Amino acid sequence: MSAAVVLSRLCKTFSGMKSPALDGISATIRSGIITGIVGPDGAGKTTLMRLMAGLLRKGAGDVAVLGLDPVDRTDELRLRVGYMPQKFGLYEDLSVIENLRLHADLRGLLGQERQATFARLLSFTDLHRFTDRMAGKLSGGMKQKLGLACALLGKPDLLLLDEPSVGVDPISRRELWRMVRELADGGMAVVWSTAYLEEAETCDEVILLHEGALLFSGRPADLTGRLAGRCLHLHGVEGRRRKALNRMLRLPEVADGAIQGHSLRVILREGAIRPAPGDLGLPGAPQWKEVTPRFEDAFIDLLGGGPGGESVLAASMPARQKNGADLIVAENLTKMFGDFAATDQVTFSVHQGEIFGLLGPNGAGKSTTFKMMCGLLKPTSGRAEVMGIDLRKSPAQARQRLGYMAQKFSLYGKLSVRQNLEFFSGVYGLSGGRQRAAVEGMIESFHLRPFLQVKTDDLSLGYKQRIALACSAMHEPDILFLDEPTSGVDPLTRREFWNHINGVVEKGVTVMVTTHFMDEAEYCDRIGLIHQGRLIALAPPDDLKKSVASKEMPDPTMEDAFIELILREGQA
Amino acid sequence: MKTVSWRRLKALSLKESRQILRDPSSGIVAFVLPMLLLVIFGYGINLDTDMVRLGLCNQDGGPESVRFAAHLSGSSYFKVVGGDRPRLDAMLENGLIRGYVVLPQDFSALMNHSQTTAPIQLVTDGAEINTANFIANFMKYVWQDWRLSRARDLGETARQGADMDVRYWFNAAAISRHYLIPGSITIIMTVIGAMLTSLVVAREWERGTMEALLAAPVTRAELLLSKLIPYYVLGMGSMAVVAFCAVYIMGVPFRGSAAVLFLVTSVFLLSMLGIGLLISSVMRNQFDSAQTTLNVAFLPAVMLSGAFFVISSMPAPIRALTYLLPSRYLVSSLQTIFLAGDVWDVLLPDIAFLTGTSVLFLALTALKTTRRLDG
Repeated sequence: MSAAVVLSRLCKTFSGMKSPALDGISATIRSGIITGIVGPDGAGKTTLMRLMAGLLRKGAGDVAVLGLDPVDRTDELRLRVGYMPQKFGLYEDLSVIENLRLHADLRGLLGQERQATFARLLSFTDLHRFTDRMAGKLSGGMKQKLGLACALLGKPDLLLLDEPSVGVDPISRRELWRMVRELADGGMAVVWSTAYLEEAETCDEVILLHEGALLFSGRPADLTGRLAGRCLHLHGVEGRRRKALNRMLRLPEVADGAIQGHSLRVILREGAIRPAPGDLGLPGAPQWKEVTPRFEDAFIDLLGGGPGGESVLAASMPARQKNGADLIVAENLTKMFGDFAATDQVTFSVHQGEIFGLLGPNGAGKSTTFKMMCGLLKPTSGRAEVMGIDLRKSPAQARQRLGYMAQKFSLYGKLSVRQNLEFFSGVYGLSGGRQRAAVEGMIESFHLRPFLQVKTDDLSLGYKQRIALACSAMHEPDILFLDEPTSGVDPLTRREFWNHINGVVEKGVTVMVTTHFMDEAEYCDRIGLIHQGRLIALAPPDDLKKSVASKEMPDPTMEDAFIELILREGQA
Repeated sequence: MKTVSWRRLKALSLKESRQILRDPSSGIVAFVLPMLLLVIFGYGINLDTDMVRLGLCNQDGGPESVRFAAHLSGSSYFKVVGGDRPRLDAMLENGLIRGYVVLPQDFSALMNHSQTTAPIQLVTDGAEINTANFIANFMKYVWQDWRLSRARDLGETARQGADMDVRYWFNAAAISRHYLIPGSITIIMTVIGAMLTSLVVAREWERGTMEALLAAPVTRAELLLSKLIPYYVLGMGSMAVVAFCAVYIMGVPFRGSAAVLFLVTSVFLLSMLGIGLLISSVMRNQFDSAQTTLNVAFLPAVMLSGAFFVISSMPAPIRALTYLLPSRYLVSSLQTIFLAGDVWDVLLPDIAFLTGTSVLFLALTALKTTRRLDG
C-alpha cells in the first residue's frame, strides 16, 4: 500500500478569519483503503479536501498528491484525481447520461473505451434504468451515485468524496459504502469526508479534525481502543432515567454520559474506578455492563469529557403540574402537494412531559408533519390538536402556547444577539418588565453576555443553536417543537443541548423533535419512524431495536433497526 | 494541456445551450420579455400628446372670440370642451380636461383695437408637468397662428417679425415610438448580456457545479468561451427578432445597414457579457449578482443611456457620468442607424468606445476566472 497523499504541517488561513481553517495537519492517506476525514461542521474537512483537489492554494506546510503539488501540477492531477464536491456537483437540468457525457468529453474519454466505461458505471451504480431522467429529479441516493459515477470517469487513482452522505437515506448510504469499498479493494485511494462520527468507525483509517486542528490520525479502533473498559452501560435503572443521568454526570469519575433507550451510557475518566452500582443511590437494581466504545465517545474523551449535566435553562423554568394528558394529538393527518402525499394518514399522540421524536431520512415527510403540528401548514385532511386546540381552526391561539425552533435555526443573521432575543420575545407576546426579565434570563442561562453586540451571522453554529433555543423558550412554553435542532453541530454542543432538553422535560415541558441522527433518537421516550410520508413504526427506542434483533444481528443499533424496518415495509 | 480543445469547448457549450433551452426563465428573458418591452414601449408608453382634452371658457361671446374658438377646435392637437369657469375647474380637478383657456369679456373689443393685444388666460394641470408644458407650447403656437391668419384675412401685414417653422428631422412625424424602439433594444441586450449571464454563473457557484468543473480538466479559456458563445448567440438572436418586429410590424424606419447594426450590437453585447461574467465570478451568489447587475447595468441603461430620458436635459454631473456608460453609446448608434443611416461620424466613436469596454471587461473577467476557488 503506497501513500497517495502526504500532508505535512499543512496550514490554511482565509483572509478575514481570525483562526486558521487548518492548523498544522500532518497525515498520510494510503491507496487501497478508505480514509475518513471526520469532524463536525467548521472542523476544516472541506478545506482539506479542496487543498488536495488543487482547488485552493495552501498556506504554510506541504501537501503532495500522488507525489505532485496539486496547484503547480494541476493539469496532470485533474486526470488522475476524481472529486465529488458537496451536493454532488451535478447539472440538475441535464439528464443522467448528459451529465456523464459532459464529464467524459472533458476528460477525453472517447470511442470504444467511453461506451465500455459508461456501461460499467451505469450497471455499477444501478442507474441504467434512469439514463434519460433529469438529474434534478433523482432521489438523494441516486444523485449521490451519479456524482460518484462522474467522479470515476477518468479511472482516478485518488477519489475525493466531500460529505457524500448528506441528504441521503441510510439504505443508499450503505449501498454507496459497498461500492466505494469495492473501488478501494481494487487499489484506489478513497477519501470520504463526513460529519457523522459513526461513519468513522467503518473507515479503515481516519483523520479526525476539530476546529482546524488534527486530533487523531490512524485506525479508528486504535482511538476507540483507548476507552477499553471505560465505556459502560448502566442497566436496570428504574423510574426517571433523565434524573439518574443527571446524577451520574455529577460524579467526578464520569467523563460523559447519555441516555440510550432504557439504559444509561457512561464513559469513565481515564484511571477512574468504576463506582459500585449500589452506591449510586439510584432506584431499582442497577448493574454495569461493559460495551464497545464508539467513535463519538472517543472524540468527546479526546476533548476532555462532556459538558456535565446541568441546565441553567431548566433550573430557571417553573415546574409544571404533571397530569399525563395527551397534549399533542395527530389523527389520520394527511398533507397533499398535488398528487404527492408528503404526509400520509399519520396518527400519534404525545403525553405531557414526554420527548417524542420523529425519525426519518431527508424527504421522508418529517418536516411536513412537524409543521402541521405547530400550525404552520394546514393539513389536507385529518385532525391536528395541540393542548386541545384544533390547529385547523385556530393555529394562532395554539402557537402562543408553544415554542418553535426551526431547521437551520432561522435567526436574523444581520441582527445582534440581543436584537434577536428582543425580537423573538416580542413576537411571542412578551413586553415590558416580563420581556426584559426573559431576555436577561436567557443571557444568563446560555452565557451570552460577551456576544450581545455580535451579529448572529458571525457566531459559530453551536452558539447559533443555543440562541435559537433561547428564542424559542423565552416565553416559557408548555410544548417545545424542535426541527432538526442539532444538524451539523459538534458532539459536545449536542450533549449540552440535550442536557437542556432533558432538564426542561423534567420540569414537565413536552418536547417534540425531528432528527436524522440515529443516536439522538435514543434520548426520546418514544419514536415515530417516518418513511415516504407514512408512519411505519411507533415505539420506545429499545422496543424498536428489539423488534429487529436476530441471530445475525443480536444487538442492533438504531440505524440497523431503521433500515430493517424500512426493508420490511417494502416487502409488506 | 491545450489552451482550447474543441472537444471540451463543444461539450461545455452544448451543456450551456441545453440549460438555456430547458430553463423556461432564459426563454422568457430572451424572447418573451423583449416582445413585452416592444409592446409597452411601442404602444403603451407614448410621449406624444395628441388630442388633449382642453376646456374653453368664452366670457366674451363676440365674433372674434367665436372665430378663435373655431380655430382652436379645428386644431388636431386639442379636443375642445366648452363651459363656464366653475364647471371647467371641476373638470380639471377630476382630470377630465388637462387645462382650459379663458377668453375675457372684452376679448373681441381688444382684438379689434389695433394698438393693443388681447390677453387670454391658460390654466393647466401642473401635476402633469409634461402635458402642461406641451399645452402651453402648443397654445402659444395656436395663438400666433390664429393672429397671423387673421391679419392675412384683414389684409394687414403681419406685425410678427419672425415666424418659426419647426421641422423634426429624422423623425419627421415626431413619433416617439421611433426613438423608443432603439432604446428598448438597448435594454433587452443589457438584460440578456449582463443579467442572464450573471445569474447563470452565480447559479453554478451556488449549486456546486462550478466546483465540479474546476476539478475537471478544463482550461480558463474554455470556461470563459463556453459561457460567451451561447449567450452571444442568444443575445444576437433576440436582437434580430426585436429589430425585425420593430421594422416590419411597427413600421420603425431602418435607414442604416444590417452589417453595421450587427457590428455595433456585437461589441455592446460583448461588453455586457463581460460585465455579467465579472460580477458573478466576484459575487458567486444569485441574489448579490442580481442586485449588482441591476444597479450597474440595468438601471443606468434605463435612466441614463438616453433611451427614454434626454441626456442633454440632465444636470451637468449626471451628464458627465453618462459618458462612462456603454449603453449610452449603443443608444446613440442605434438611433442613428435606424433613423438617420450609417453616419460614421457618430458611429465610429461609439464603436471605438464599446470595443474598448468589451476588451476591458472581458480581460478583467479572464483575470478573475481561475481554476481555483481562491484565485
